[in-house]
Amino acid sequence: MNKILEKEFITPFVFRMKVEAPEIARKRKAGQFIILRTCDAGERIPLTIADGNADEGWIELVVQVVGKTTKQLSALGPGQEICDLAGPLGKPTHIEFFGTVVIVGGGIGIAPSHPIAQAMKRAGNRVISILGGRTKDLVIMEEKMRATSDRVVVTTDDGSYGIKGLVTDAIQKLVDEGEKINLVVAIGPPIMMKFVSLLTKKFDIPTLVSLNTIMVDGTGMCGACRVTVGDQTKFVCVDGPEFDGHKVDFDEMMKRLRAYESDEKTSRERYEQGCCGKHR
Amino acid sequence: MEAKNLTTKERLQIPPVAMPEQDPRERVRNVSEVPIGYDAAMALTESQRCLQCKNAPCVKGCPVEIDIPAFIKAIVEGKYRDSINKIKETNILPAVCGRVCPQEEQCQKGCVVGKAHKDVDKAVQIGKLERFAADWEMERGEAEVPVIKASTGKRVAVVGSGPAGLTVAADVRREGHEVTVFEALHRPGGVLIYGIPEFRLPKRIVMREVRNLERMGVTVRTNYVVGKTATIDELFDEGFDAVFVATGAGLPLFMRIPGENLNGVYSANEYLTRANLMAAYSFPESDTPIARARNVAVFGGGNVAMDAARTALRLGAENVYLIYRRSKAEMPARVEEVHHAEQEGVQMMLLQNPIRLIGDDDGWVREVECIKMELGEPDASGRRRPVPIEGSEFRVAIDACIVAIGNASNPLVPATTPDIAVNKWGNIVADEETLKTSKKGVYAGGDIVLGAATVILAMGQGRKAAHAINEFLASGAW
Ligand SMILES: Cc1cc2nc3c(=O)[nH]c(=O)nc-3n(C[C@H](O)[C@H](O)[C@H](O)COP(=O)(O)OP(=O)(O)OC[C@H]3O[C@@H](n4cnc5c(N)ncnc54)[C@H](O)[C@@H]3O)c2cc1C
Ligand SMILES: Cc1cc2nc3c(=O)[nH]c(=O)nc-3n(C[C@H](O)[C@H](O)[C@H](O)COP(=O)(O)OP(=O)(O)OC[C@H]3O[C@@H](n4cnc5c(N)ncnc54)[C@H](O)[C@@H]3O)c2cc1C
Ligand code: FES
Repeated sequence: MNKILEKEFITPFVFRMKVEAPEIARKRKAGQFIILRTCDAGERIPLTIADGNADEGWIELVVQVVGKTTKQLSALGPGQEICDLAGPLGKPTHIEFFGTVVIVGGGIGIAPSHPIAQAMKRAGNRVISILGGRTKDLVIMEEKMRATSDRVVVTTDDGSYGIKGLVTDAIQKLVDEGEKINLVVAIGPPIMMKFVSLLTKKFDIPTLVSLNTIMVDGTGMCGACRVTVGDQTKFVCVDGPEFDGHKVDFDEMMKRLRAYESDEKTSRERYEQGCCGKHR
Repeated sequence: MEAKNLTTKERLQIPPVAMPEQDPRERVRNVSEVPIGYDAAMALTESQRCLQCKNAPCVKGCPVEIDIPAFIKAIVEGKYRDSINKIKETNILPAVCGRVCPQEEQCQKGCVVGKAHKDVDKAVQIGKLERFAADWEMERGEAEVPVIKASTGKRVAVVGSGPAGLTVAADVRREGHEVTVFEALHRPGGVLIYGIPEFRLPKRIVMREVRNLERMGVTVRTNYVVGKTATIDELFDEGFDAVFVATGAGLPLFMRIPGENLNGVYSANEYLTRANLMAAYSFPESDTPIARARNVAVFGGGNVAMDAARTALRLGAENVYLIYRRSKAEMPARVEEVHHAEQEGVQMMLLQNPIRLIGDDDGWVREVECIKMELGEPDASGRRRPVPIEGSEFRVAIDACIVAIGNASNPLVPATTPDIAVNKWGNIVADEETLKTSKKGVYAGGDIVLGAATVILAMGQGRKAAHAINEFLASGAW
């Protein structure tokens, strides 16, 4: 049981939640995640640790409401408890001095890229952050990202804020400006990571992507999270979540993410009708 | 019938008492236990078949050496409390072992009655009697809490809550040491909870055993991934005096054939975890989904494959094909499980091997391509090696498949504690008698040491390890 300390919606569908988890707060490193369940009949879902404080014993999650579990989580508030929470899981991001590191966060992917930007900055890198969203309201955590970046570029699909276009346009622009990029870290929707990887491959820029496959245990026991990287099958929960973007089979991964679409819809609708989801 | 009046000849004339079972047509539509259990009269008849042999070959066949003649004698005399207490002297999980142990290869294999009939199936049904005694106790509510010695102030960490870990927790706690069991998942029990299905091992049995440990004063911490939440070295820093690693063989193997990452392709671990631990059979009452497939192929021939196939039937599959590359005689599964699977309608496709999975545009598996096999020369395991018959490829329409070809060792703990030595398969190397690893204060046992083995072997190692840990804590000598 982990107590919720704070909850706040930062866009209509994204909220941040501070949770008491002293052991995880002590151990967590950039790039790692937790797995939680909201109730006894609940699913295990992975969420990245977006922030944390070892001294105060909390971690922060930034969550987009997409289905039953995230919706149920969003309904909880300070003083209430999360029934199961385990972590930190996955391998931490490999942090070292690379030179110039471009961090690309798309939508909810900005949240997990924040601790990576922080760690890269601390390791002495010049950090350029590209924050992408469909529209202005969906560009989250801009202040936090500015605080840990040397430069921030914002893109929106509809041009309501920053550059009109996609994050790949922003990368292209940096390259055109003559920016020497040593590493790109891209986190966001799979389709975004796919196109970022295709672009950076053209320029031969090493690219890390953080994959968000479906998971069950998160400890390497089931293989639900498997992806093809190069000619190998990898388990995202223990071998990742970060991989060489130039080698990931994104098309396969996107299909796997849709495996339970109709069941997810059933769960969401039942929850919305108040059928289930009693919180213990 | 007065027990003492029976002659050996008369005892040998009593046929083995079959345990009543749910009708196959009925049971494939529920998840309740298949064998229903003996009643007192059945138990009496069966127990009278035991000849009370002095040299007791059955005991020698039992990895934890239960005093089998003694517990059976107590059943004959109607002293069920004595009977269960006798079993529990060496086996803390009798309700589990009575259900899942391969008795036909252990205690019942050496049974003189079976030998006299030249048929191991006619041996005294020791496992069924063990289950009877254990169930009798269960029906009477909570078990008696064993005597716990005065607190020693020493602390032991048990990593993993499968049968090995639970055994160590009980045996070490009894000596007065403080015990904390760390479990990665949200529920303790290991494979007994997440793997073996409800219809073979009701989860309430496992939960009751865990509750008994808690009543003994053992702390169980779920959602704690050792190696991640804290490393073994950090556990020592926190004040633990010894650590027992029992993290199991939870790393699923795949076949490395084309199409294995299609949707609808599961490892047995994933399929069974979704179905059991996550209760996907009651979706949408529970949130975790599982493919509700009509035609399911299961690859493999062991107990895990049988469990997966029978689970698929209970999830509504119309056709379940069990595809195994050798013949029935080579199947590693227990005869009883193969029999149950066949009764329920699992279709055995023997001497056939999957070579490719074929999907549709959405990435869902639609067909499996197989090749026929024949048996050649014996291989390293002594079983005849299956050889593909060229040109015999054929396809079967499926909408889900389950890979049940085995598990390797869980690498999480060794990967984060490099001074624990592992062998080339990734199993932790531990001394056979003491279960000591290469790292001071750290012991290991169960599947992480043995590779995928059995419940009773895991418990047997747990017992030995607990004994060694208790000595280590008393003397301080490694
Ligand atoms: C390593 C990792 C880190 C993640 N970090 C974050 C984060 O910081 N913030 C955030 O908002 N989201 C994050 N996600 C995604 C998040 O886990 C899913 O949005 C969540 O599981 C959806 O659950 P649901 O019940 O609300 O929605 P559902 O309706 O069940 O599913 C919506 C979509 O989420 C995906 N999904 C469903 N079940 C799972 C599952 N068990 N595991 C993983 N994905 C699933 C599927 O693609 C599905 O189409 C992360 C995923 C991974 C793998
Ligand atoms: C489907 C199936 C059917 C089977 N049927 C039978 C049968 O009929 N009869 C029989 O005798 N045997 C059977 N077996 C084998 C038997 O279940 C195992 O041999 C036995 O459970 C091994 O016990 P264990 O204690 O070593 O580990 P496990 O039971 O595997 O338990 C290990 C536990 O450790 C936890 N863990 C792993 N890593 C960590 C970590 N880093 N930190 C904390 N916790 C961790 C795991 O989550 C798990 O709960 C079956 C196995 C399977 C999979
Ligand atoms: S989620 Fe089960 S192995 Fe990764």
